[in-house]
Amino acid sequence: MRRVNLEVNGKKVSKEVPDHTILSVFLRDILNLTGTHVGCDTSQCGACVVHVDGKSIKSCTAFAADLDGSKITTIEGLVQNGKMHPMQEAFKKLHGLQCGFCTPGMVMSAIDLLQNNKKPSDTEIREWLEGNICRCTGYQNIIAAVKEAASKM
Amino acid sequence: MASLVGSRVERKEDKRFLTGKGRYTADINIANQTYAYFVRSPHARAKINKIDTSKALMASGVVDILTGEHIAKDKIGGLIAGWAIRSEDGSEMKCPTNPPLAKDSVNFVGDPIAVVFAESLEEAKAAAELVKIDYKVLKAVVNLSKAMEDDTIHEGIDKNLCYDWLLGDRQKVKEAFDKADKIIKLDVTNNRLIPNAMEPRACVVDYNTASEEITCYTTSQNPHLSRLIMSAFGGVTPEHKLRVVAPDVGGGFGSKINLYNEEIVCSWASKKIERPIKWVAERTESFLTDTHGRDHITHAELAITNDGKFLGFKNETIANLGAYARVFGTVTPTYLFGPCATGVYVMPAAYSNVKAVYTNTAPVDAYRGAGRPEATYTIERIVDKAAIELGIDPIEIRMKNFPTEFPFKQTLVHQVDSGDYVAGLKKAKKMSNYEGFATRKKESESKGKLRGIGVTTYFEACGIAPSPVVMMLGCGVGLWESAEVRFNPTGQVTVYTGSHSHGQSHQTTFAQITADELGVPIENIDIVHGDTDKGTFGMGTYGSRSLTVGGIAIVNACKKIVEKGKRVAAKMLEASPEDVEFKNGEFVVAKSNKKKTIGEIAFACYLPGVRDEVKSPLPEGEEPGLKETAFFDPANFSFPAGSHIAEVEIDPETGEVKLDKYTAVDDFGTIVNPTIVEGQVHGGIAQGIGQALTENAVYDKTGQLITASYMDYTMPRADDFPEFNLGFTCTKATTNPLGVKGCGEAGAIAAPPTVMNAVINALGGQEIQMPATAEKVWKVCKNLKKSKNKVA
Repeated sequence: MRRVNLEVNGKKVSKEVPDHTILSVFLRDILNLTGTHVGCDTSQCGACVVHVDGKSIKSCTAFAADLDGSKITTIEGLVQNGKMHPMQEAFKKLHGLQCGFCTPGMVMSAIDLLQNNKKPSDTEIREWLEGNICRCTGYQNIIAAVKEAASKM
Repeated sequence: MASLVGSRVERKEDKRFLTGKGRYTADINIANQTYAYFVRSPHARAKINKIDTSKALMASGVVDILTGEHIAKDKIGGLIAGWAIRSEDGSEMKCPTNPPLAKDSVNFVGDPIAVVFAESLEEAKAAAELVKIDYKVLKAVVNLSKAMEDDTIHEGIDKNLCYDWLLGDRQKVKEAFDKADKIIKLDVTNNRLIPNAMEPRACVVDYNTASEEITCYTTSQNPHLSRLIMSAFGGVTPEHKLRVVAPDVGGGFGSKINLYNEEIVCSWASKKIERPIKWVAERTESFLTDTHGRDHITHAELAITNDGKFLGFKNETIANLGAYARVFGTVTPTYLFGPCATGVYVMPAAYSNVKAVYTNTAPVDAYRGAGRPEATYTIERIVDKAAIELGIDPIEIRMKNFPTEFPFKQTLVHQVDSGDYVAGLKKAKKMSNYEGFATRKKESESKGKLRGIGVTTYFEACGIAPSPVVMMLGCGVGLWESAEVRFNPTGQVTVYTGSHSHGQSHQTTFAQITADELGVPIENIDIVHGDTDKGTFGMGTYGSRSLTVGGIAIVNACKKIVEKGKRVAAKMLEASPEDVEFKNGEFVVAKSNKKKTIGEIAFACYLPGVRDEVKSPLPEGEEPGLKETAFFDPANFSFPAGSHIAEVEIDPETGEVKLDKYTAVDDFGTIVNPTIVEGQVHGGIAQGIGQALTENAVYDKTGQLITASYMDYTMPRADDFPEFNLGFTCTKATTNPLGVKGCGEAGAIAAPPTVMNAVINALGGQEIQMPATAEKVWKVCKNLKKSKNKVA
């Protein structure tokens, strides 16, 4: 067992967990932040992407204990003062989601792209999102949403 | 009030999905829940000699372990095939029993044998490893083309043959072929696919010891159907003591139609162990046990004249059912496939003959398009082959054989009510700049690349319903749909639909329809679905039926509301009901300024008390309340159609296929929400392209699934696609009041032959089977180079 201290969506949390507790399990089962989804067990689908100290990672591939002292942002932490993040707004406006299962990871990943590249091209967006699988949308409206968000941010 | 049908209303469901507040089955936790872990067969085919759970039962945290013995003792029934198909010789199809937990034999890798319930998932998994099973491993039947000569999997099912089915007239076809100038022959495989909804299957079950009611939260496209099967065939508990809830569901594509072993087992077990149970599939479990799709081997022949007129068509197919026949398993390769075998063409004679066989692989069932992609693939590939052999342009040969008058009596079954295939193909030709292809091909060649263009025209029979038709064809139930429209006293509306959204956007599109019918603002309308306790019995969502069947049920229920409203308004306004008109949410007495809003009428229907007044606003004999139910059963299927054109560029040095352009022109009749329809088309095309270029489920010869993770099964990613170029034509359906046809499956039907025709065009007509992976294409390119060198 290890004590893990994290700041999750701006709130300090301190929990005693088994050493091998994966971050996605920590978020979903211990903090009840079920917006982070798990769609595979090989770190391929990207539904579980969250931000650790501002950078996107697949939360199914990190131990919570290894991140002691980090700041975590999940999909639940994007709304500020009751307003959705421009990326969330753009996904809504341009129908960048259907069943919604891959969406949290897709949004978190796309926000990190814009942190690295303010005006990405279509090709750059497609390549960046290569680690996020969506089975519903054919990606087209997701690409459009990321471009829309880039123009607003 | 402007009509909402046809406008790009933003989705009502998005806010919760985008803020992490969606509620999927795996997000649900119930106090005191146990965790289920299934012990599954590692062998494709084996006899079970003995199961020893004694050591596992002693392991830490274990609550109970149940096996097929317990299932048999409690007389819990198995999984079923929903459609009874008859062979050409008149005999009934042959289906094995499929108990929820295997007792005596296992028939595919992943077949569940036992289930461990423990206080934590980790303890359940650890204990599962201690369950000792003694198997007698048998030789697995895996190769589809040889399955009929192989060992018998299920006792009493000779040649592993479920049925040998025929649709059409062999004699007429023979006569047509005798008259032909040319006969085009083609052998194709329709590669096996795994649907891969991004949300893995799951169920959370709660048993209430006081009311004796079982509640099963599950990842289903049709909760009422699951409840019916679980109760009537599984015998788990009577329907009124079973509540099935399919909350937010993360994609289905057909793989969540079936009621699965795990849902029956957990529902039954929760009552037995008197504890809530949570089960969530790992992705590899999903790969192994979700129903798979396609998997056909087909030989087809097309009889033609020298000027490219079609005379007759034969389709001889072997379809893989996997180890067991499931709900849509037997109908997918027959009535969802055979009638569409002749495509959008006038075909004087045709038959489809399908032999459906069992193999030691996961059950094969409906996957987006179900039967129609397989049918379309074969006809569209052979039509292109005919064009190549006759030296006719692929668009020209199609135009030559289109029907020009509607209704069109299609060769094998369908009476197609409306369409305009010529207009669709013309539009696609223009949008894709077909004429400029030769120039683009030269440009590619100058870079050492090969370029190809491919065309497909398709139609599909969807809106799966007409009960008399489907029941005649062998369906175990009528496929109508229900709706209930309920006005609250203060004027908001709640609509219950028996269909289910797992990405299709019912909350938005159905609210648009309701808003138009009732003149109520869309923000005051809630669409409710997915809970057997909340709505009337419904058949669920598959076969592009939600709008064409379920949406129309809503329209009809709204019309009943308006009728009652007119009677009440007439009484209140002292007019006769015939003189009351309803428009934009108001009941108006003709040639007067007397009117009541629908909100006022709703309020009046709930009899607001007025002190000292005993007069009711309701006409005599009228019941209080404002709530109506409708069951809609259409007169026919609906028939969306379209023309898709793709261009690929191939690097002959690596075999890599780059999809460069994709144009789709579809006719879905009336479009309720263009944004949502475009999204459906994008997704369908992407899955179709996946089938053509990357996806393939592969079993080795011992029956091990070697593509059982995202490391091995090639899911299409964002950088695999160009931007799709969409267009629409519109001929309204005549069989429903909205004129809608359905759009969910179109892309998955049209894209595989479109892309493959382009690949084969680039390869100079050289046949290649799906998926056109770099390795396969490279081999063809190498041979082409060799033969070119020889000629030189």
